[in-house]
Amino acid sequence: MDESFTKDPLSHQHFLTFVLRDECFGISISAVKEIIEYDNVTPIPLMPEFVKGVLNLRGEVVPVIDLSVRFNKAPTEIQKRTCIVILEIVFEEQTVTIGAVVDSVSEVMEINMDTIEPAPTFGARIRAQFILGVVNTGDQFVILLRGERVLSVEEMTAVIENVVEK
Amino acid sequence: MDLTQARLLFIEEANSLLAVMESCLLEIESGEAEVAEHIDAIFRAAHTIKGSAGMFGFDPVVVFTHNVESVLDKVRSNELEMDAALINLMLDCQDHMAAMIRQLEDDSVSIDLQHGARLIDQLHQYIQPQPVIETQSKTLLHTSPADWQIEVHYGEDVFRDGMDPLSQLNFLQTLGSIHNVQTHWAFPEVFDPESCYLQLKLDFASDAGKQQIEDVFEFVQDNSVVVITTPQHIEQSLQNIAPSDEKLGALLVSVGAVTERELQSALQTQQQQQQQSQKEQALGELLVEQGAVSVDTVAIALDKQKSTEHKRPPDFQFLKVEARKLDELINLVGELVTAGASIDTLLQQIEHEALQEAFGVLTGLLEQIRDGALGLRMVQVGESFSRLRRIVRDVSKELGKDIELVVSGADTELDKTMVEKLSDPLMHIVRNALDHGIENKEMRLYKGKPAQGQLKLSACHESGSVVIEISDDGAGLNVERIRQKAIEKGIIPSDRELNKEDIFKLIFAPGFSTAAAVTNLSGRGVGMDVVKRNIEELRGQIQIDSIPDKGTTFKIRLPLTLAIIDGFLVRIGDTHLVLPLNMVQECIEFESQNENDRNYLDLRGEVLPFIKLKQLFNLKSDAQAKENIVVVQYGNHKAGLVVDQLQGELQAVIKPLNTMFQSLQGIGGYTILGSGNVGFILDIPQLVQFASTAENASCHPMS
Repeated sequence: MDESFTKDPLSHQHFLTFVLRDECFGISISAVKEIIEYDNVTPIPLMPEFVKGVLNLRGEVVPVIDLSVRFNKAPTEIQKRTCIVILEIVFEEQTVTIGAVVDSVSEVMEINMDTIEPAPTFGARIRAQFILGVVNTGDQFVILLRGERVLSVEEMTAVIENVVEK
Repeated sequence: MDLTQARLLFIEEANSLLAVMESCLLEIESGEAEVAEHIDAIFRAAHTIKGSAGMFGFDPVVVFTHNVESVLDKVRSNELEMDAALINLMLDCQDHMAAMIRQLEDDSVSIDLQHGARLIDQLHQYIQPQPVIETQSKTLLHTSPADWQIEVHYGEDVFRDGMDPLSQLNFLQTLGSIHNVQTHWAFPEVFDPESCYLQLKLDFASDAGKQQIEDVFEFVQDNSVVVITTPQHIEQSLQNIAPSDEKLGALLVSVGAVTERELQSALQTQQQQQQQSQKEQALGELLVEQGAVSVDTVAIALDKQKSTEHKRPPDFQFLKVEARKLDELINLVGELVTAGASIDTLLQQIEHEALQEAFGVLTGLLEQIRDGALGLRMVQVGESFSRLRRIVRDVSKELGKDIELVVSGADTELDKTMVEKLSDPLMHIVRNALDHGIENKEMRLYKGKPAQGQLKLSACHESGSVVIEISDDGAGLNVERIRQKAIEKGIIPSDRELNKEDIFKLIFAPGFSTAAAVTNLSGRGVGMDVVKRNIEELRGQIQIDSIPDKGTTFKIRLPLTLAIIDGFLVRIGDTHLVLPLNMVQECIEFESQNENDRNYLDLRGEVLPFIKLKQLFNLKSDAQAKENIVVVQYGNHKAGLVVDQLQGELQAVIKPLNTMFQSLQGIGGYTILGSGNVGFILDIPQLVQFASTAENASCHPMS
C-alpha cells in the first residue's frame, strides 16, 4: 500500500461520501468544489459512454463523467436524487474542473487516516489504482477513491481520441 | 515601483525598437527609402535602448549599444556613408542586441560573447580611422565660440546662506572660459559688511547648454537675479532642428535657449495675469521681458512650431495597454453578450412591446461595444510580414538567389494573438518557398523565367475571414515525386488513387520531406505538419495550389477573431449547433421524398452535396420533424447541412473545447445559449473534411 497518507501529519481528513450502484464511496473533500443537482447536461456527439456531456457552470463549460461507466458498470440512471459532484483535478499544472455523476450524496465524514485499510487486491471490481483504501464506518465499508486517477484527464483524453478516430 | 514590471516594459520597448531598427535598415538596403529618411529613427532606437538599459544597469547592453550608437551618429552627421557593408554590420548588431535582450528575458538563452566582441571591433573600425574628421567637426563648433552673456545680481543674503560667488566662477570655468568680467557694486545707504552687494557681468565661451550654466547658480537663484543671454548659435540650432509640435516653452528649453526655471516663472506670471483677469501676455513676450531670450529666438521658435501644427507624429496616437486588461475586458464583454442573450430569451416569453423596444436599443449598443472591444485586439498583419522581410533577405543571400519580396495588404487587421501565432508557420512556408520553390538563377534562365525570383505575400479580407497568401514563381510542387515519397514513407498505400489536391495535402503529413538534400534551412521534414497544426489551432485552414514551373501558392484562411462570432443557431433533437453566420448562404427545406441513397441534391442546377448531421454525429431527433438544409460556403466549397430546425441568428461567445475533447472533429468550441444550455460551434471546413473521410471510409472498407 502507498504509505504517503499514513505518514501524513494530519491524522484526520474529511471525505465526501456518496452512493453509486448501492455501494458507498468517498472522496477527499479538498478536491470537491460543489455539488449540484443533475440538470441541463448537454450530450456531446460521438463520445464514449462515460462522457455524459457538458454543463454550463456559471459560464464555464464543464465536462460531466459517469463514474459508474468509468467503473465498468452500467450507466447511471438519472433519478430524483442523482447529483453531480464538481471536482477540481490538477492536470499539467492546471486545475481542470470536472463533474462526476453519482446516485446520491450522503455526508461529509471525518476519517482517521490510521483506520484506512488497503484496498483489497480483488473483489472490489474496480481498478485497484482508483482506490486509496477502504474504511469501515461501523455499519458499512466505504471505498475511498483517488480523484486524480479516477478522473485522469490524460487517460480519458486517450480513450476519447480512440473512440473518435474510429 | 515594481521593478519586474518595469523590466518587462523595458524588454518590450527594446524589442519593438529593435523591430523598427530592423525594418528601417531593410528598407534602406532595398532602396525603398533614403538613408536620411530613416537614420534618425534608427539612431533614436539605439539611443533609447542604451538609455533605458543604463537605467536598469544592463551594462553589456549599454556598452554594445553605445558603440552602435556612435557609428550611427557619424552616419547621421554625414561623416560616414551607410553602404551595404555597414548595413550588414548594423543588421548583425541588431541581431546581437536582440539576443542580449532575449537573454534578459530568459536566462537560459546564451549569447555568443565572442561574436559580440567581433562586432564591436568592426564598429570601432568605423569609429576610429576618422580622427581628423572628428576634430574638424569639433572646431567647426568652436569657430564661433558660443558667447553667453551672464549677468548676476547677487542677493544680499548670499554670504549668510554660505555661498561664495568666487567658487561659482571657479566652477563655471570647468564648463568653458570666462572673459570680460565686469563687476559693479550696489551699495545701499546703510552698509552691512555681512551682506553681498556684488553684480557681475561676464562673457562666457562654452558649448554647454543654458541649463548647465544656470545650474552653476542654482543655489543663489532664490534671492539673486541671474540672466543668461542666448548666444547666436542657439538660434542657429533652433533653425536646424526638425520641426516638432512641442509647445513653445518646451521647444526653447530643448535647444537650451531658456531654462526650465525661466519657463516656469514665465508660466506663473501668465497664470497670475489670467487670474487677475488682466490681458494675458503671450509666453514668448513674457520670456523676452524676463530677459531670458531675445525676440529673434522666439520668432524662430514660433516659426518652427507653426510649420508642424498639423503634422502630429503618429507615435502620440497610440496608447500602451496591458494585454491582460484587454483580455479581461473582452471576457466581460463576452459575459455581457451571453447575459443579453438570456434576457432576450426571457423577453420572447412575455409580450411587452416597450420593454422589447428598449432591449432592442440595448442590443444595438451591445453589438457596438462587442465590435469595439474586439477591435482593440486587432493589429495589422504587417508586423508579421516585416519579420519575413528579414528572413527573405538573409536566406536569399545564403542561397545565392536573387529574390524580390512583394508585399501587399500589410495593413489588413487580425487578432493580435493570431498574428503572433502566425509568424512561425509563415516563416516555415517562406523558407520552404525560398529554398525549394524558387530555382537558382541558371535554372530560371534556362526555363525562360526572369533571373530574379519573386515571392509574394498578401493579406486581404474575404467574407468574414482573413486570407493570407504566400506565392512564389518557382518550380511548383512535383505531384509524382510527392506521391512516390509518400508511398516510400508509408504515408499512403501504393495503390491509392489520389487527385492533385489530395497529393498536395500529403506534404502536411508528419515526417514528410521531399528535398533530396537536407539543408540547414529546410528539408528536415519537420515543419509543414507543424504549420498545419498551428493554423488549425487558430481555427484556420491552409490550401495549396501549384502549377509546374509557374509556382506554388499557399493560401491560409483565418477567422477574424478568436473570441466572439455572429452565429446561426440550428437544432437537431436536443442538440444546439451554431454555424458561423458569414459562411451561411441560404436555407432551404429538405425534400425527404427523394430519400434514396445519394447525399447530394440539385440546387438550381448546381450539385450540392449535403451532410446529414444527425447521422454523422449520431444524434437522436424527433422523427416527424420537417428537416431543413443550411447551405454553407467557405472559399470555393459549398455544402448543405441537414438539420431539424432553424432558430436564427445569435452572437456566440466562443469557449474552447476542454482538453479531453480536442480530438472531436467538426466542432470548434462551445457557446452558452440564452437559455443557459451549451451549444456547439461547428467548424465547417473541418466538418466537411470529417464527413468526406467518414464517407470514404465507408466506401472503401478495405483501406
